[in-house]
Amino acid sequence: MNETRDVETGLPPEVDADLEAAQPQPGPRRMVLNMGPQHPSTHGVLRLVIELDGETVVRCIPEIGYLHTGIEKEFEVKTYQQAVTLTDRVDYLAPMSNNFGYALAVEKLLELEIPPKAQWMRVMLVELTRLNSHLVWLGTHALDIGAMSVFLYCFREREEILKLFEMFSGQRMMTSYIRIGGLALEPPRGWQQRVKKVIDAFPSRIDEYENLLTNNPIWIGRTRGVGHITLEDMLDLGITGPMLRAAGLKIDARKDAPYSSYEKFDFEVPTRTENDVFARYQIRIEEMRQSTKIVRQAMDGMPEGPWKAADQHVVLPDREKMKTQMEALIYHFKIVTEGFRVPAGEVYQVIESPRGELGYYVVSDGTGIPYRVHMRTPSFGNLQATSKLVEGTLIADVIASIGSMDFVLGDTDR
Amino acid sequence: MEAFDSDAVLGGAIFRGELTLEIAPAKIASVCGFLKYDQQYVRISSVTAVDWYPRQPRFELVYHLHSIERKERLRLKCKLPADAPPIESVTGVWRGANWYEREVFDLFGIEFTGHPDLRRIMMPDDWTGHPLRKDYPVTGPRV
Repeated sequence: MNETRDVETGLPPEVDADLEAAQPQPGPRRMVLNMGPQHPSTHGVLRLVIELDGETVVRCIPEIGYLHTGIEKEFEVKTYQQAVTLTDRVDYLAPMSNNFGYALAVEKLLELEIPPKAQWMRVMLVELTRLNSHLVWLGTHALDIGAMSVFLYCFREREEILKLFEMFSGQRMMTSYIRIGGLALEPPRGWQQRVKKVIDAFPSRIDEYENLLTNNPIWIGRTRGVGHITLEDMLDLGITGPMLRAAGLKIDARKDAPYSSYEKFDFEVPTRTENDVFARYQIRIEEMRQSTKIVRQAMDGMPEGPWKAADQHVVLPDREKMKTQMEALIYHFKIVTEGFRVPAGEVYQVIESPRGELGYYVVSDGTGIPYRVHMRTPSFGNLQATSKLVEGTLIADVIASIGSMDFVLGDTDR
Repeated sequence: MEAFDSDAVLGGAIFRGELTLEIAPAKIASVCGFLKYDQQYVRISSVTAVDWYPRQPRFELVYHLHSIERKERLRLKCKLPADAPPIESVTGVWRGANWYEREVFDLFGIEFTGHPDLRRIMMPDDWTGHPLRKDYPVTGPRV
């Protein structure tokens, strides 16, 4: 904790004035604890102002905005295709999911048909992203609670997945690989073997994490029965994703409103009913197994054909054609310099990101630059419930509870 | 919807398979209450705004609702002129609208009545201006 101060001796000066005014008159045992914004267990720059009575949390006020980068404003000066690079930087642990949501939204406006190979490829990459994101979550969450070794195991596998991303896109994290109209580049030769190698080993790796945690008495003691919040509260406060599934609600955008051929894949949506930190852990572990299954299906059933749409107004021509055909060169020049025009209108595209409901609301005024892009990010919705989740619990459980929400501050503050 | 209050709905459109209803700003909270309790729209996905400067009415408030039971999504819109009186908050219907309305207040300068904690959320408290307004420059000094 970077600063604690007794209320009797005065509040920390950085507590906002109106926040201070809202404080109830403290008794002799009350103290205000300022956790963050640089506290390691807050995974970024979340600040929690916690009022304690002994060890019990009486009030908790989350403060965000320390990582606000104005990405939604930045969309005002980028063409549609350029803006793909901004979406990576929103949720930097699941860059492809964000590329994907944005691309789907713009494609819906364009009414663009995406060839099956690109759709399958996208599903495969997004599920690899889910594995990547869940691995970081598991590693850091376990680290917070004190299981240090899990972190090393998780990052070993994450490295393998990042290497796959590098092979596909040339980048480990900010991939921008899923573009409007398909993919950024042709999938490299021999990708099947590389992906197969990672995916074949993966189920046994998940068993390893489970060996370390699932029956570990300390882990169970720290997580079981901790972080309970009723389903009604969760829906009311805007929580989505694995937390809802850990409370028994079978909700998943991949099943409820399938996009990009998800209806053709065979997978389960795991649910639990315990609704605590341990159940959320089990849900994410099971989701990793399901994602492995989807990646394998996508890999085995990968259709033949083009990896980008045929619309020459939107998709850049092949390099070869661009250098030999005048028409292709003109299209190339127009798309690169001006971008493509998108019909006026608005869409809201929802996908299931590793953290929950990721929605892209794109408004077009008919020009080559998006008029307004709003990102409904899962972390923002989930973090709202922090107060409800931790009030009345012990200070030590705060770490476990907020860890189980799996938020990314880049995703929250945008 | 018509049966509930025929004055509240000013128009509607289906674009790319998505239903949008335009709601009279004065009725937004009662319409949302009806949708939540009688039409199973138990979740609010987001509240945001679009600035159509210099066109009038300047702002469009956009609400995305989600019905888990019906597996449907609905978009509500309120058109607000720049000098419109503050609109009623929907935090009384869904507590989850809290941060979204704070964000709209912070970045667009639209005020809500009946909001429990209407402070800036992204920008520092002493910031002047509302960054997502179209007359706010993307780069360079603020004018």
